[in-house]
Amino acid sequence: MSSEASFQVKDYKLHKLEQGPSTNVTVTRDDALKYYHDMVRVRRMETAASNMYKEKIIRGFCHLYSGQEACAVGIEAAIRRDDAVITAYRAHGWTLTRGATMTQVLAELTGRQSGVQYGKGGSMHMYLPNFYGGNGIVGAQIPLGTGIALALKYKKTDNLCVTLYGDGAANQGQVFEAYNMAALWKLPVIYVCENNGFGMGTSAERSSASTAYYTRGDYIPGIWVDAMDVLAMREATHFAAEHCRTGKGPIVLEAATYRYYGHSMSDPGTSYRKREQVEEVRKSRDPIAHFKDRLLSSGLSTEEELKSIEQDVVKEVAEAVQIAKSDKELPPDELWTDVYPDNDQFKFRGVTPMSIKQGRKSARQQ
Amino acid sequence: KQLNVRDALNSALDEELARDERVFILGEEVAQYDGAYKVTKNLWKKYGDERVIDTPITEMGFAGVAVGAAMAGLRPVCEFMTWNFAMQAIDHIINSAAKTLYMSAGLVKVPIVFRGPNGAAAGVAAQHSQDFGPWYAQCPGLKVVAPYSSEDARGLLKSAIRDDAPVVFLENEILYGLPFDISGEAMDKEFLIPIGKAKVEKQGKNVTLVSYSRGVQTCIEAAKELQKLNVDAEVINLRSLRPIDLDTIIQSVKKTNHLITVEQGWPVCGIGSEISASIVEGEAFNYLDAPILRVTGADVPMPYAKGLEAMALPQAHDVVSAVRQCLNIRQN
Repeated sequence: MSSEASFQVKDYKLHKLEQGPSTNVTVTRDDALKYYHDMVRVRRMETAASNMYKEKIIRGFCHLYSGQEACAVGIEAAIRRDDAVITAYRAHGWTLTRGATMTQVLAELTGRQSGVQYGKGGSMHMYLPNFYGGNGIVGAQIPLGTGIALALKYKKTDNLCVTLYGDGAANQGQVFEAYNMAALWKLPVIYVCENNGFGMGTSAERSSASTAYYTRGDYIPGIWVDAMDVLAMREATHFAAEHCRTGKGPIVLEAATYRYYGHSMSDPGTSYRKREQVEEVRKSRDPIAHFKDRLLSSGLSTEEELKSIEQDVVKEVAEAVQIAKSDKELPPDELWTDVYPDNDQFKFRGVTPMSIKQGRKSARQQ
Repeated sequence: KQLNVRDALNSALDEELARDERVFILGEEVAQYDGAYKVTKNLWKKYGDERVIDTPITEMGFAGVAVGAAMAGLRPVCEFMTWNFAMQAIDHIINSAAKTLYMSAGLVKVPIVFRGPNGAAAGVAAQHSQDFGPWYAQCPGLKVVAPYSSEDARGLLKSAIRDDAPVVFLENEILYGLPFDISGEAMDKEFLIPIGKAKVEKQGKNVTLVSYSRGVQTCIEAAKELQKLNVDAEVINLRSLRPIDLDTIIQSVKKTNHLITVEQGWPVCGIGSEISASIVEGEAFNYLDAPILRVTGADVPMPYAKGLEAMALPQAHDVVSAVRQCLNIRQN
């Protein structure tokens, strides 16, 4: 088997840049297998989440990342573990790539105590060190990510903050407020507009007077990248990270991608787009199938090896699902923890005046 | 020695900037202009561009940036030129700052102070004359403080900056220029007033007047008037609106058996409403000899004309008249 291979990726589109990332991308066998594994993990985990939602084990909101795997995996491949990431409500995949276990993600979705936030956050509110969520308010994470970048610069690190939002959120006013400050202050932030074509049921063309999201930072340089290709995503992010780390300030990446499920599990996704469109993307542009073809055609891997990776993931999912379904919820006392850092200094009122509790710190806070 | 509230706030900011490298100030006109109300005077000259940051006019944006910086380990002091403008940023105060510790199950702390002038000033009309105390006091995860005196301003601001929780710090423009006596102890660099504890400004035995911020001044004036009627009023300065120090109010009610709340904000769902309900639900109810009365801002947007504006805000004579009603003292 080859130990590395080079591939041609789709042309980037550039805004305010003389030169862009290379379209000839080299990948080692080890890295390639890792990307394949990571993308398959996200895909299979989301399929399990979809099933559990249909079984009514997952409550409330559930926005799946299927179709967009190459974004998270490609970006992670080009940044460091101590760089920061903040995203919107479609956060399951990112929580996994940022280092949570699959059990932690799926048990969070079922609200159990093995969840990454012990069941207190749910689908849209998952956090890890250097992962700031998971934000349920469309667009709010954009100034937050800008502020995280401000802190990284203030502390004189060479870290950056990847700040993700969708094509829907791209029209929020606070995006432009954040762009302005990031550019004024040369903050190390990579704005990633994950353009999956739809904000809920409104297509990009119906929501945005300009759908060239990579140009919408105006005075901020931008790159359009084929985000169905993990290698293109990695290469573009490398370029953007270098831009940030050398003190040039913010940069915008428009990650052209697609989501297979509806906006959320309550959306069948059939009124505003045709099933055939989804099928067409699955057939022609699927990030995992596409990458698999490359692995096989270049001799980086074999059918058997990839099969075995998939089987490992299937096993991992089965174990995670089992725990997510059977684990306990946090005990009732935990209703009253984590409201304040000094929670033990507070009294909390329950539903009636007869239920006033002295707060206490959770084991986690102590 | 005397110190006005503006200088008290300025000295507290100065000392906390000097004490902790992670503390920085951002907001509109806080640096080169020396602060719209001069609260941050000279701090930019002393600490420079990195620690005292002028933002564009972009409330939602800079509030979000400040919260993000707090999540990533800094301790921002986010100045709003007035709390009225913070309505453009309220999502970041509530959804981004107040709820994150809980949503993250204790992982992500947000140590930030949001501060600026709140409530009615003089002649600035409806959009610039509103008390946001009740708005923020309703929200778990926030601490909300409203200083009255220079001592309050110093001790509470220093505590707020050192607190690991998000703190909403409600100042008052009219009080900025008001001089107060200040003790040597209150000028100490380590002078901290605990958040959540009220101060009894004046002991009394016939009626309890509870207020915060500029309302405390109204209560103190009213208490002087009431002395002429042989009514000895106790005046409680809440200092914190979340948590509210109910214990101090309860102790006072048990002594005076009468309670009047005073605030400049609107009556509906106000701080007085909350105190009244809490007292009625609790052990102090049986000590009341008369219904609790609320003295509040009038239930209208603030008018510009001087006479109408005065009618829309509680004056000492309004407090006196509520006390007469409560104690059943007839007009002579």
